[in-house]
Amino acid sequence: MNVEMKLSSAQTVVPDPYSIDLKDIDVSDPRLLEQGVWESCFKRLRDEDPVHYVEDSPFGPFWSITRYEDVMYVDTHHQQFSSEPAIVIGDFDEEMPLDMFIAMDPPKHDVQRRAVQAVVAPANLAELERVIRDRVAEILDGLPRDTSFDWVENVSMELTARMLATLFGMPQEDRHKLIYWSDMATALEEMTGTIADAQERSEALTECAEYFAQLWARRAQEKAEGKARGFDLITLLQDNPDTADLIERPMEFLGNLLLLIVGGNDTTRNSITGGLYFLNQNPSEYEKLRNDHSLINNMVSEIIRFQTPLAHMRRLATEDVELNGKTIKKGDKVVMWYVSANRDERKIESPDSFLIDRKNARQHLSFGFGVHRCMGNRLAEMQLRILWEEILKRFDHIEVTAEPVRLRSNFVKGYLSMAVRIPAV
Amino acid sequence: MASVVFVETNGNRHEVETDQNESLMQIAIDNGVPGIDGDCGGACACGTCHVLIDDQWLKKMNPVNESEENMIEMAPDRSEQSRLACQIQLNESLDGIVVHLPEYQM
Repeated sequence: MNVEMKLSSAQTVVPDPYSIDLKDIDVSDPRLLEQGVWESCFKRLRDEDPVHYVEDSPFGPFWSITRYEDVMYVDTHHQQFSSEPAIVIGDFDEEMPLDMFIAMDPPKHDVQRRAVQAVVAPANLAELERVIRDRVAEILDGLPRDTSFDWVENVSMELTARMLATLFGMPQEDRHKLIYWSDMATALEEMTGTIADAQERSEALTECAEYFAQLWARRAQEKAEGKARGFDLITLLQDNPDTADLIERPMEFLGNLLLLIVGGNDTTRNSITGGLYFLNQNPSEYEKLRNDHSLINNMVSEIIRFQTPLAHMRRLATEDVELNGKTIKKGDKVVMWYVSANRDERKIESPDSFLIDRKNARQHLSFGFGVHRCMGNRLAEMQLRILWEEILKRFDHIEVTAEPVRLRSNFVKGYLSMAVRIPAV
Repeated sequence: MASVVFVETNGNRHEVETDQNESLMQIAIDNGVPGIDGDCGGACACGTCHVLIDDQWLKKMNPVNESEENMIEMAPDRSEQSRLACQIQLNESLDGIVVHLPEYQM
């Protein structure tokens, strides 16, 4: 299939959703997020056709679920809506068919998730809090004053990469590899509309697999030598009877590693960037924050809602399901648009406003609901909380000096760069 | 009228007298009891109202159904005493119930 042609990449401007037929609205277009023009498309669908069928898209036929209550229904009915074989809108016949628990149904999902979730469980998080704070302080103290620099590269990426390297027990000097592998893992035009080189992606994933196989071997050897065991992910996997032999199932090994790499990378990174952007767009909210640091916790939830770093998750119907007046047929592809449900005016008051003291701010959909709910939610919140605590200790203002450059994707709602300036003291 | 005692891991007790015919999650939130997040608003879909209930009270309650079981399974600190507070409706037979809060919600 010639995806590039069908995606009409040559056409640069997305049409106004109110100027076209309802049936022609296709929210899989990866330019919607890239150009920041997605809000009106989803609003029209929520108002006029909340369970919306597109017969012919570059990703095949699919249903779009755009209201909060309907997304909640799909997300919490995993028996009716399977996560297999993939959770992004596009299918891709991988040379390396990765196995990851996000794209598995219970009971296999439960076993694998349980094996790795200890790495982000509260006991481990308490240990990590100090490490995160040190890393944040290092990064912030190294930022230049009174000169423009890229916040994405210097802060968002840097912090998430250092954290992930810690979680994986990797040497810090290898942390940039994680960013690269993460970006490559989600970059495939057939899957998410992000333009990338399939050959390069395949090489990157092979390199990632080899790297972690070596790390696995090193940990195993340390274990054999009777060295003290750490709390990193590889150690946890090796010490859990369900996953002690994971290395012998290479696609499952790589799949689950990539899941955690992507899960801990793009999401937090883009929420770090988004948060600063939203505060700059809403100076009165920035002022509220300056005057009352106790708002940080609530603001973190609001940032995560407002950013919605993963725009969708997809499912396959396992039976015919009636939803909001439509019949979804067994085998149909169903896409839950978190990015839309988080702006559903039926559930959330003034949903298009960024309000750091919003009531019930925790009740957003960015982490998903049901058995696939984000496993790293507490780690993500903690990273954002510590970052803002440390920023407010140091800087009165960080000014966004140019509109951020956004990623072309229908899955990762993210930023490639954002120029900022911190005024001289 | 029924009373509910929420106990934090540090031993702090929060006694609530209420005639609300609501879930324990809602009662905790409405009465400012810390330690219950209720991120999904009581839909049994997030596991952030995890509580621990002693046997004497457990046997007076509606049993755990499949969806509650699914969510409890995801809590790293789950035990035989685990329930989701959003799935327990307060009624007179539970008057005086003691609800233990876990150290963290996941």
